[in-house]
Amino acid sequence: MDAANYLYLSVLLFTIGAVGVVVRRNAIVVFMCVELMLNAANLAFVTFSRINGDLNGQVVAFFTMVVAACEVVVGLAIIVTIYRSRRSASVDDASLLKR
Amino acid sequence: MEFVAPVLNYTLLSPILILLGGALIGVLVEAFVSKALRPITQLSVTLGSLVLALVQVWRIHNESSTSAAMSSVTIDGPGLLLQASIIIISIISVFLIADTEQFTALAAALPGSDEERHALQTGNQVTEVYPLTLFAVSGMLVFPIASDLITLFVALEMLSLPLYLMAGLSRRRRLASQESALKYFLLGAFSSAFFLFGAAFIYGFASSVTFSGIHDAIANASGNDVFLLIGIAFLSVGLLFKVGAVPFHAWSPDVYQGAPTPVTAFMAAATKVAAFGAMLRIFYTAFANAEWSWTPMLSLIAIITMVFGSLVAIAQRDVKRMLAYSSIAHAGFLLSGVIALNKAGLDASIFYLFAYGVATVGGFAIVTLVRDAAGEVTDLNRWKGLGKRSPWVASSFAFFLLAFAGIPLTSGFIGKFSIFSAAYESGATGVVIAGVLSSAIAAFFYIRVIVLMFFTDPIEDGTSVEIPSSLTQLTIVISLLVTFVLGVFPAPLLNFITNLATFLR
Repeated sequence: MDAANYLYLSVLLFTIGAVGVVVRRNAIVVFMCVELMLNAANLAFVTFSRINGDLNGQVVAFFTMVVAACEVVVGLAIIVTIYRSRRSASVDDASLLKR
Repeated sequence: MEFVAPVLNYTLLSPILILLGGALIGVLVEAFVSKALRPITQLSVTLGSLVLALVQVWRIHNESSTSAAMSSVTIDGPGLLLQASIIIISIISVFLIADTEQFTALAAALPGSDEERHALQTGNQVTEVYPLTLFAVSGMLVFPIASDLITLFVALEMLSLPLYLMAGLSRRRRLASQESALKYFLLGAFSSAFFLFGAAFIYGFASSVTFSGIHDAIANASGNDVFLLIGIAFLSVGLLFKVGAVPFHAWSPDVYQGAPTPVTAFMAAATKVAAFGAMLRIFYTAFANAEWSWTPMLSLIAIITMVFGSLVAIAQRDVKRMLAYSSIAHAGFLLSGVIALNKAGLDASIFYLFAYGVATVGGFAIVTLVRDAAGEVTDLNRWKGLGKRSPWVASSFAFFLLAFAGIPLTSGFIGKFSIFSAAYESGATGVVIAGVLSSAIAAFFYIRVIVLMFFTDPIEDGTSVEIPSSLTQLTIVISLLVTFVLGVFPAPLLNFITNLATFLR
């Protein structure tokens, strides 16, 4: 199967993630969309690794997974604190700071 | 296949390793040292490791440029100069962070809960901000020396993740502080996803993740140009977000305002040095030959950033937001150094970053001093007549504002002059004209604040100027001295930078 198809899939996933970040209002869902974008980038790395016949791209994918895990730790800590003090995880409700 | 053990050159990496070690010790101190001794222990560990790292940077600065850790980082002149700038800026910021009044006693407690009050009354203040600072600084040290895409991405996250948390630690206006942490985090994660996606396409173009590999691939025109263009565009989004350039600036006024002021100072100054350092390296080494593809885009962004930052700053009624927009404008000025793409542009950028960073920390140090019963007063209207009540504090702030405006006898003038002349030399006339015009606009609102402080009558509303602690005094004095000395005798530092700053490709 043509490897380029995986590239199209990765662009599609990235777009879905990016649109989700912009459109959705729940912080958790926004965050999940960001994770989807990171995974789309991972898929692109692995596909390019296959196309180019070079292993570095697969190494990057592992690094990304670890970094994404760290991001989850920090992100959920922040979102949970906000949720506890506001009883809501909506991004729109958090608007104390002036626009 | 034979396994080759990696060579790591520990001496060259030692500044970063010292800071990481200090941060880990800080985590242990948090767990094991009694609450009475904790703040002073943390402060000594943090300052100790920063000073040690600075000494170590000085000791290796004469070694010939080389790459370390299997060429995933490059230790060369610009890298070391940027590292030294970051460490110096961090040291004077840590003096401000030492003011525990600014930080919540227990970040995990609900704002206004009994738990929080109890922690405050018993003096059970957690001091996690120190190790977080050290982790962020070590990430910042890696960022400008990273010379492959993996290291660049890991360093980007290493400096960002602690900063997201630090933004949410303010003691006063906790909800606003948590909100700024959330905004910073979500937008930061969004932009790093763009960064990574761009990195993937550059890898697809060059089939190599190292900057030298990318450079060669561009020189040989051996890959698919579409991949390169997509890659440069997306990667730039990530970097431009970190420096707060328009249109990726939306986070910065909110985060500057919501975060505790010492953290704002640290973040505004040090992050900018690190992010511009990385940007200079990647555009000067990896993408230098693809100049045609990114200079027009970056010039446009630079012009929009300068003009937008200066114009919007005029309308601000809050000191911290005003400084945020001023830092956006400065990001635009600094971008003209990246566009210049010549040796003079590199030297000027490094000088500008250091001078601007130190002045920024000084400026925010003054902001921490103006308070009323409820905490800091950041509303500009209540700064009226500050010069009559406390002439020293107001004059220092005025001096920093003049440095931001780029008035002669301050470091800001030399910085702006050298960066614009470098950009002019390389033919970016449009950027220079926009830069000079927006400097003039910017001077207007800086001077408006000075007029407000000195030539209007004070209003009695409980706003007072705190007597600065000795550490805060030290920060202000050091920043004033650096800003003044670099404005009057810039030649020694400029020559030092010129001799040292050449990128190892």
